[in-house]
Amino acid sequence: MTLDPDPSGPASLLGHARRGFTGTVQALKGDNALSSLSASELESRLIELGFVEGARVEVLHEGLIGRDPIAVRVENLTVAVRRREAMAVVVI
Amino acid sequence: MEAPLYNIVLVGTPNCGKTSLFNALTGSRQKVANYPGVTVERKQGFLVTPRGRQVSLIDLPGTYSLRGRSPDEEITRDVVLGRATGETLPDLVLCVADATNLRLAIRLVLELKHTGRPMVLALNMFDIAKRRGVTVDVPALSAALGIPVVTSVAVRKGGVGDLLALIDSTAALDAPPAGSNDWRPHSVAELRATQREADRIIGAAVSLPARPDTWTARVDAVVLHPVFGLVILALILFVMFQAVFAWAQPVMELIAGGFEALGQWVQATLPAGLLQSFIQNGVISGVGSVIVFLPQIITIFLFILLLEDFGYMARAAFLMDRIMGGAGLHGRAFIPLLSSFACAIPGIMATRVIDNRRDRLTTILIAPLMTCSARIPVYTLIISAFIPAKQVWGWINLQGLVMFGLYAVGIASAMGVSFLVKFFMWRDHAPAPFMLELPDYKLPRLKSIALGVYTRAMMFLQRAGTTIFAMMVLIWFLASFPQPPAGATDPGIDYSLAAIIGRFIEPLLAPVGFNWQIAVALIPGMAAREVAVAALGTVYSIEGGKEAAEQIGQMLATKWSLATALSFLAWYVFAPQCASTLAVIKRETGGWRWMWITFFYMLAMAYAASLITYNIARGLGAG
Repeated sequence: MTLDPDPSGPASLLGHARRGFTGTVQALKGDNALSSLSASELESRLIELGFVEGARVEVLHEGLIGRDPIAVRVENLTVAVRRREAMAVVVI
Repeated sequence: MEAPLYNIVLVGTPNCGKTSLFNALTGSRQKVANYPGVTVERKQGFLVTPRGRQVSLIDLPGTYSLRGRSPDEEITRDVVLGRATGETLPDLVLCVADATNLRLAIRLVLELKHTGRPMVLALNMFDIAKRRGVTVDVPALSAALGIPVVTSVAVRKGGVGDLLALIDSTAALDAPPAGSNDWRPHSVAELRATQREADRIIGAAVSLPARPDTWTARVDAVVLHPVFGLVILALILFVMFQAVFAWAQPVMELIAGGFEALGQWVQATLPAGLLQSFIQNGVISGVGSVIVFLPQIITIFLFILLLEDFGYMARAAFLMDRIMGGAGLHGRAFIPLLSSFACAIPGIMATRVIDNRRDRLTTILIAPLMTCSARIPVYTLIISAFIPAKQVWGWINLQGLVMFGLYAVGIASAMGVSFLVKFFMWRDHAPAPFMLELPDYKLPRLKSIALGVYTRAMMFLQRAGTTIFAMMVLIWFLASFPQPPAGATDPGIDYSLAAIIGRFIEPLLAPVGFNWQIAVALIPGMAAREVAVAALGTVYSIEGGKEAAEQIGQMLATKWSLATALSFLAWYVFAPQCASTLAVIKRETGGWRWMWITFFYMLAMAYAASLITYNIARGLGAG
């Protein structure tokens, strides 16, 4: 029997998180995402939507195709992001 | 001496209730224009404070920061900094925050403080915040931010009293000390530090309830469900189109009846002759055939504004992002494309929410392919004249099916064009990010919906009264002059300028089955698609006498073959028959290039589609 990697393990990427995941933002790593934005621009935009270190996040909803995009509760705001960009958010 | 006009600008994050606060403060004393050189809407309103100070208020586009990533956000930055052409440096920056959601707003306030402008903060929607158990220590927040803070409830009468008093006392200060402007775009580290500072201030002055807005969460559990969510979206769209076609019908018949009666009254009152013909055929039947669509336009805008106000549009974008991504479109393109079902012009203007230029251009390029309400008259006329109202497969109305098919072809071709554009022009670019706030649901405010629908209805009527009216006069003139020689046996129009022009173009359009009357109608149809219907009416009514004016449909059924009618429908799915759309594309894209690309690709598609339709129909014996 194989065990699934624990989704709420020590540190994972928000882009991999499934619906129901709750955690806190540990770091932003713009380089992690294969986004069309530069790492710093992506980080800026994520911060502007409230993703700063220590913010509580919860994945509320997933899209139909490829479970993408995801709706994430960031503190008391709900934000839709694609998994591609969510890879820049390291969560625990 | 009267005190000079006090200039206030409203700044806030998207969805903070800024616009409803603007409406509450200024009422109907608003004027909407564009900033020079860009199509960003400049909304200015006026008010007089309780102490009698004249105030000008500008509602700036919502933004999360002053970095200016889109034309809208650049305007906000430039106006606040006093850099925008033709704008004075604001006397006061009125920052608006959604009291239920202060994190991003406080960060914006901290950034705005760097501009050195006098500033106040209004905690809007304070009633909702209180109901949810949010408590704000207003004096502490004010002290921490170093600016005056008041609470407001824009949607309630008297909910802006404190704010007005604050404006008065701020305006009364003689030449308020403007700080120095040391604003520059924040680096990532500065943004992060500012957000931390904002969180610290909120932590000290605001206590949040344990539970979030359960109502929004419960609605979203259904509305954003991967499967049911899409079903609900489809249902909403279905109801919307049902409303546009079925519910608006009785009102439309009423309007049509009114214009018909008016025409007959003119015919009975005025002596027969040129003047009677001009008023009855040119003015009344022409303008009337366009105004008849006002109920449909009001209906579609009503739906779009309601969904927008309720907070559903962002959800629709979320649900459609991946599906539209398959066609190379951005999730945010859903709202502009949906608006394009009403009219491509607001649709194209709504593409400003797409910050990536390539995605925006693709959306602008295909927006005119969505079946706008101006095509409805053309489709309705041809379908009712040529497609029998029989049931197929027992329960589906054939006419309705054809109408649906025309919509489907429009959507499918839009997706196809977008896919090709993405594939051939922008293959090497990674898709732009999709990051969007999903605001809490709010009950739509009737007043602002009514205001929005009213503005758009007036815009349509104004167009009917000016452009379309002018075109109708032109068409009537072309169809009436020169008058037929005495003793002529053919209908008068055969001798007119219209016939001469029409016959000149006819050879070009003959392969697609168009006769010279259609060729004539297509020219004024460039002003607006629906004019073609009126123009056909004018052309045929002048040719065939007064009975024809009342029944364009039956007239066409005897004059056109089925193949011609189908070819005409195919033409209208694609043809760039709208000068205003082309003008807006030129303005929005900042040059002629994209306008001509749109014009020629649509023209090519229209010609090809008509050619294929006409020849297949003839091959099947419908010629």
